[in-house]
Amino acid sequence: MREGIGARVLRTEDRRFLTGRGEFVADLALPGALHCAIVRSPHAHARIRALDARAAVEAPGVAAVLTGADMAADGVGPMRTLWPIRSHDGTPMAEPPRWALARDTVRHVGEPVAVVLADGRAAALDAAERVEVDYEPLPALASAADAAADGAPHLHAAAPGNVCFRWQRGDAAAVERAFATAAHVVELHLRNPRIAGCALEPRAVAALPGADDASLTLYATTQVPHHLRRLVAEELGWPEVALRVIAPDVGGGFGYKGKHYPEETIVAWAARRLRRPVRWVATRTESFVSDLQARDHDTRCALALDRDGRFLGLRVDTRANLGAYVSTVGAAIPSAIYSALLAGVYATPAIHVEVTGLFTNTVPTDAYRGAGRPEACFVLERLADEAARALGLDRAEIRRRNLVPVSAMPYRTPIGPTYDCGDFPRVFARALALGDYAGFDARRAASATRGRARGIGIACFVESSGVAPSKLAGALGARAGFFESAEVCVDATGAVRAALGTHSHGQGHATTFAQILASRLGVPLARIRIVEGDTAAVPYGTGTFGSRSLAVGGSALHAATAKVIDKGRRIAAHRLEAAEADVAFADGRYAVAGTDRAITFGEVARAAHTAHDLPSGVEPGLQESAFYDPSNFAFSNGVHLCEVEVDPETGVVQLAGYAAVDDIGTVINPMIVEGQLHGGVAQGAGQALAEACVYDAGGQLLSASFQDYALPRADELPDLVSENDESQPCTHNPLGAKGCGEAGTIAAPAAIVNAILDALAPLGVDAIEMPATPQRVWQAIARARREQAAAG
Amino acid sequence: MPVEIALTVNGVPVRAVVEPRQSLADFLREDLALTGTHLGCEHGACGACTVLVDGAAVRSCLVFAVQADGGEVVTVEGLAQGGALSPLQRAFRAHHALQCGFCTPGFLVAATALLAENPDPTADEVRAALSGQIFRCTGYVGIVEAVLAAAKAERA
Repeated sequence: MREGIGARVLRTEDRRFLTGRGEFVADLALPGALHCAIVRSPHAHARIRALDARAAVEAPGVAAVLTGADMAADGVGPMRTLWPIRSHDGTPMAEPPRWALARDTVRHVGEPVAVVLADGRAAALDAAERVEVDYEPLPALASAADAAADGAPHLHAAAPGNVCFRWQRGDAAAVERAFATAAHVVELHLRNPRIAGCALEPRAVAALPGADDASLTLYATTQVPHHLRRLVAEELGWPEVALRVIAPDVGGGFGYKGKHYPEETIVAWAARRLRRPVRWVATRTESFVSDLQARDHDTRCALALDRDGRFLGLRVDTRANLGAYVSTVGAAIPSAIYSALLAGVYATPAIHVEVTGLFTNTVPTDAYRGAGRPEACFVLERLADEAARALGLDRAEIRRRNLVPVSAMPYRTPIGPTYDCGDFPRVFARALALGDYAGFDARRAASATRGRARGIGIACFVESSGVAPSKLAGALGARAGFFESAEVCVDATGAVRAALGTHSHGQGHATTFAQILASRLGVPLARIRIVEGDTAAVPYGTGTFGSRSLAVGGSALHAATAKVIDKGRRIAAHRLEAAEADVAFADGRYAVAGTDRAITFGEVARAAHTAHDLPSGVEPGLQESAFYDPSNFAFSNGVHLCEVEVDPETGVVQLAGYAAVDDIGTVINPMIVEGQLHGGVAQGAGQALAEACVYDAGGQLLSASFQDYALPRADELPDLVSENDESQPCTHNPLGAKGCGEAGTIAAPAAIVNAILDALAPLGVDAIEMPATPQRVWQAIARARREQAAAG
Repeated sequence: MPVEIALTVNGVPVRAVVEPRQSLADFLREDLALTGTHLGCEHGACGACTVLVDGAAVRSCLVFAVQADGGEVVTVEGLAQGGALSPLQRAFRAHHALQCGFCTPGFLVAATALLAENPDPTADEVRAALSGQIFRCTGYVGIVEAVLAAAKAERA
C-alpha cells in the first residue's frame, strides 16, 4: 500500500512546525499566569541555616515566595524513584528522601530551594535575587572516586560510604575459571564521561487549576504523561483523576525529559495553593544544573581469550555516579539495564559484572538516549579492539570469530536476557561491505599523503529495545509497569482517531502510527488522526523512552485495531448474511469468500453508528482499546563503521565517513527511521568528540552553557550512510518491530574512539578519553612522542 | 522608562511601547504572540531564535526590541507565501529536515538569509552558513539536502 507499512511517507505533522505554529509549553497562552523563578543552591553541598524571603515578597509584582518549609507544612511527600533495586546481598538500595524544594540541606548546585511567583518573568527573576539564603557550606564530592574514598564525607545518613547499591550479575566462579585457563587476558580502565541531553527546548511546566478547586491541568515537557501524573499525584496526596497531564509539542526529549522533576511538583502545588495559573520555563543554564545528566561510569574490565581469540570470560567492575539523589530510573539504568547487555553480539560463555552506585554532589543521573546500552557497548567494543591488538588479529576477524551464530537463536546469554532472533554475522558482513572495510588501506595511504592519520573503527551492539516486560521489571524492583495502551475510535464515516499512551517529541508518531492503521484498515492517511500526550484523552499508558513506542505502543495499536476489525466482521457478516468465518477483511473491504458480495469498512462504520440493524449481542459504535505488555525485550542490533582523519599537528579529529547497518526489525517508514539513526549517530559523535559535563573538585559545574558545553554542528558531522536489515523481524510482537531511536547513540562512541585509536596507533598512542577533543588528542600524541624519544 | 517603537513585522506595521530591557524575541513572543520564534539558550549560541532584521539573520535573544525600531522584521510566521509553504519549507518536509520542530524556525530563517545572499551554495557553504544553528535531533544531512534542493527549485 502506498501509504502503509514500509512506505516513505512525508510526515503529516510537519506543517505546523514549518510555519511556526507548533505549540510548546512555553508558547501556551495562559492569561493571568504567574511566572516562576526558582532560587537554586549555588553550593554543591550546604546546610540551609536560614532563609529570608521578606524582601522578595515585597518586590513589585510578587504574589508569593514558597519554600521547602511551606511544602512540608502542606504535607507534600518526597520524590520517589520508580525503580528501586536490591544489592547482591538482598538488601534494598539506599533511597534517601528527595524533596522538590530542599528542606535542610542542599546536595548539588542547582537544587531548588525556593520559588518566587510573580506577574511576568522579569519581576520573578528580579525578586528571586532578593531571597536571602544563609548557607553553611559542607565538604563536597564531585566524582564517584571521591565518594568511594576512605574518609569521604557522607551525603546521606541512609547511605553509609555514599553507597546506594552494590549490584552483581552473572557467574563469578565461571568467570574465575575462564580467566584461569585463558591463553590471553586483556584489561582496560575506561571512563564514560557525564553528558547532558540538551534538547533545544528547555524544560517547562505550566499548571491551570480547575474551576472546581479540586482539579488541575499540568502541562509539561514530558515524554511520560501517565508516569508523571502518578508521581505528582502521589506526592501531593491527590487522586490521579484530579490531575490531567498534557504534554503538547515537546522539543526533543532524549530520555531525560521522560523522568520526574522537582519543578513539576512545585508548579502543580503552587498553582493549587495560590489558585492561579503558574508557569515555569527553564533558562539554558538552569537546564544544565537541573536537567538529569547521564553516563558517568568508571569501569575496570577484563576479557579472557583462548589462543585463537575466542572470548572465554568477561569481568566488569563499574562505579556509577548517581549524583545527589536517586532519580526516577537512576538506579536501574547502571545496574539492571546496563549489565544485561554485556554479552552484546558475542558468544562469551562466562560473564560477571559488579556495579557500585555512589552518591556525589552533582546533578542526579538518569536516562539519556541509550541509557546504559552505550556504556555496555563501549566496554565490549574497546575490549574487542584491545584483544585484537594483543593477539595480532584483524579487528574484524576477532569479532567474526565470536559472533553468536543465527543457528543459536533463540540465544540465552549468560548474563540474563534471551535474544529471540538476530543474524549478527549477516549484519556484520553487510556493514563491512557498506563501509568498504576491505578498501580501507588505500584510503589510509591517501590520507597520509596529506599529512593526516586515518583510522577505522567498528562497533557492534545489541539493544534491549521495546521496554519492557512488566513482570520482569517488577521482579527487578520496578514500582511501575511498562505496558502500553491504544484506543482506536472509528467515526460514522469510517475515519479513524487513535489514541496512544506513547508520546512523540520528534519521532513522527502521527505519521508512523497512521501508516499502521492505513495498512490494517485500508483507510487513507488523510482520514486518520493520532492523539497522544493527554491523560484525559488517551487510555492509561506509559510513554516514550527505551525505543519502545513502535514495539510496545505499535503492538497495542495493532491489537486494538484487530478488535475493531473483528467487531466489524460480525456486523459485516450480519449485513452480508454470511457466516463470520466466511468473511475476510482486506483492503478496506469485508468480502464473503468465493463470492463477489462485499461491504466496505466505511459502510460497516456507518451501520455501527446508526445501530439500526446490528446482529444480536453487538453493541453500537466502533471503538476498541487494548493494552499490550511485551513478553520480552526487542533486541535491535547493528554494526557501525566509522572512519576518522586526525591532524597530528592540531589534534583535530574529522569524521571522514560513517556507515551503519541496523536490524531494527520491520521498518514502517524508512525516512523516519533514517532520521532516527542519523540523530543517534550525531549524538553519539557528540559524546565521543565534544560533550562533557565538567565539575570542579568542589562540585561547581563549569560547563553550564552552550558556550562551554559543545554540541555537534553542521560543519562537524559527515554524510552518514545507513541501511536496515529486515531479515529478522522480532518474533514476539505482531509488527515484528524493534526499536531504532537509540541505535546510533549506542554504537557511535565506541566506533569513533576505536577509529581514533586506530589512527593514532602508529604514533604510539594507546588510550584516549572521551570526549576526544583536539586538546586531548594533541596532548596524547605529544606524550607518546616524548615517551618514544625518551625510550630511544 | 518604556520606549515607543515602530517597525514592520512580517510586512505588517506595528507600534508598541516596550521596556528597554525587553529582547526582540520576548517582544515577538509575548507582545505580538508570534511564538514561532523559539528560545533555546538566550545566549546567542543555539540559533533557534533567528529572525531577519532588514534582511539579515540575527539572534532575537541578543537584540533588544528597541534596537529593531524602524526596522523590517521577518519571523518564521512570515515565510509562507499566502498560505503556501515557501520552496525552502517544502524542501524541509521533503528531505525530513525536522524532527521535534523546535529548532526548525531558526534554521528556516537562517537558510532563507543564506539563499538570499548566495542563491547557489555548495554543500560545504550550506554547512558553514548553518554552523551557527544547533540541531539536536539529527545529523544535519536532511537540512543540507533541503537547502540545496530549495536553492535549485528557486533557480529553476
